[in-house]
Amino acid sequence: MSIRERLSGNEAVATAMKQINPDVVAAFPITPSTEIPQYFSTFVANGSVDTEFVAVESEHSAMSACIGAESAGSRAMTATSANGLSLMWEMIYIASSLRLPIVLNLVNRAVSGPLNIHNDHSDAMGVRDSGWIMLFSENNQEAYDNNLMAHRIAENENVQLPIMICQDGFITSHSIENIELENDEDVKKFVGEYHPEHYLLNKNEPIAVGPLDLQAYLFEHKAQQGDAMKAAKQVILDVSKDFEKWTGRHYGLFEEYKLDDAEIAIVCMNSTAGTTKAVIDKLRENGIKAGLLKIRVYRPFPGEEVSKALSHLKAVAILDKADSLNAIGGALFEDVTSSMYIAQKNVPMVNYVYGIGGRDTTEKDIESVFTDLQEIASNGKVENPYRYLGLRKEAK
Amino acid sequence: MDNLIEIRWHGRGGQGAKTASLLLADAAFNTGKYIQGFPEYGPERMGAPITAYNRISTKPITVHSNIYEPDYVVVVDDTLLEVVPVTEGLKETGAIIINTTKSPEYLKKVLNGYKGDIYTIDARKISIETLGRYFPNTPMLAAIVKVSQVMSDEALLEDMKGSFKHKFAKKPEVIEGNMKALEMALKEIQKI
Repeated sequence: MSIRERLSGNEAVATAMKQINPDVVAAFPITPSTEIPQYFSTFVANGSVDTEFVAVESEHSAMSACIGAESAGSRAMTATSANGLSLMWEMIYIASSLRLPIVLNLVNRAVSGPLNIHNDHSDAMGVRDSGWIMLFSENNQEAYDNNLMAHRIAENENVQLPIMICQDGFITSHSIENIELENDEDVKKFVGEYHPEHYLLNKNEPIAVGPLDLQAYLFEHKAQQGDAMKAAKQVILDVSKDFEKWTGRHYGLFEEYKLDDAEIAIVCMNSTAGTTKAVIDKLRENGIKAGLLKIRVYRPFPGEEVSKALSHLKAVAILDKADSLNAIGGALFEDVTSSMYIAQKNVPMVNYVYGIGGRDTTEKDIESVFTDLQEIASNGKVENPYRYLGLRKEAK
Repeated sequence: MDNLIEIRWHGRGGQGAKTASLLLADAAFNTGKYIQGFPEYGPERMGAPITAYNRISTKPITVHSNIYEPDYVVVVDDTLLEVVPVTEGLKETGAIIINTTKSPEYLKKVLNGYKGDIYTIDARKISIETLGRYFPNTPMLAAIVKVSQVMSDEALLEDMKGSFKHKFAKKPEVIEGNMKALEMALKEIQKI
């Protein structure tokens, strides 16, 4: 039986971490993720977990400590945001190339500068090619559930990659909302114990971790990382299926909301998907066939499945909460349109960069996108595929 | 109550408007509702204008944006009335609740002809009388419950008794004062 509760997104993540009771948590505070290690450290202090909590002096050290802990054969978790992730940058790549299934909660925030503490996805997009599995969460519930599934995905013998659980800073991390929690015993059973095949503290099998890897092998090792990322897709589906059997809550690679019979649709991630659902419900009352494809699994990118799910539409808008500043389009837009091209599906697509630096994205904003899509659907033309949503006209 | 009630709080940093919005979310949650309670984070300084929000619904809430057309507005500090456009977007079928002792004439003037209901309450007096100090959030919580009818007076008192016991486990001497503050506020709120 699930437990009816109300928690903020950060509280939900800290609760999941308490129930998982990892061997090591190493973290450094940064807004808006600070509450996660803050709450967790109280669990450590009052003895409700037996985790080794390492209060490091920087995010670079937080990731380094997680790497050390995972190499030694233990489970490690951390949390950060924006510039904290930037400071981890060097170690982010080392974690994935050493195939260490670390779990990181990224509470998405704009990367400076100028300084901004509010939500966008520029932090996540900066590490999208670093070899981490990346799951996005619409609300506190999904952040909690993704954490419960994270270790089993990352630690799977065919995967062995670190995993990042994203949620929107402040918008969900600091909003109190209803949530269904599972009880401690069931979580423990579902997550299971971690017994890595190879680890540093195994006296029967001395190994080296992270030695020099030059022309002879690095290429092959990178290809293995790539294979693991490809394999992760099925593992995520398998773990999600087990999770559904247990909790009744369904998760796939992405969520389709009223997409089956839709003519126009939005593709987006995290909290904006919820606002989009509310707008779709209203449009449907007026006979407008609008739908949503919400990406949950961003890395590995489910290109084949996404292109299939979007192929019947007359027009699609892809919403990017980070501007790639590349004069061509946002990261999600490029992933989706590339997938469509490879699958030889031709659907008019348009990109909106939105919500930068915490700019609020309203139902009216989303409605305006659907209005644009109706026009594109009727004439099949996309005049300017790289647009802004919610940008003040007078801004200079 | 309607399927969805949206509330906007205006206060100054340090007065507990954010806490009041979270308490309201808690109380509504305990009566079986779906809730959201979230502040609009800005540069947080003692005394600076702050905004907080509540959505309370009989159905799951998926919208994640600020509230632009609230059913109710709560003003915790009347010095904001001439500084912040408190009635902006406020539905005329709704109401504004102000912690003030200012005259109805003054309020009507600064509210720019707002046609919905205007309620006032002297949360300072209630707080000083019951708690000995100025904590306006407890009386304002009672006021918004009374006006919005998100739950009955009895349900609020019952629920808050439990919350206060938990919240003030280490200083039980303030529980009685807070309960009195709620009761007084439920009685003293008035429509102008």
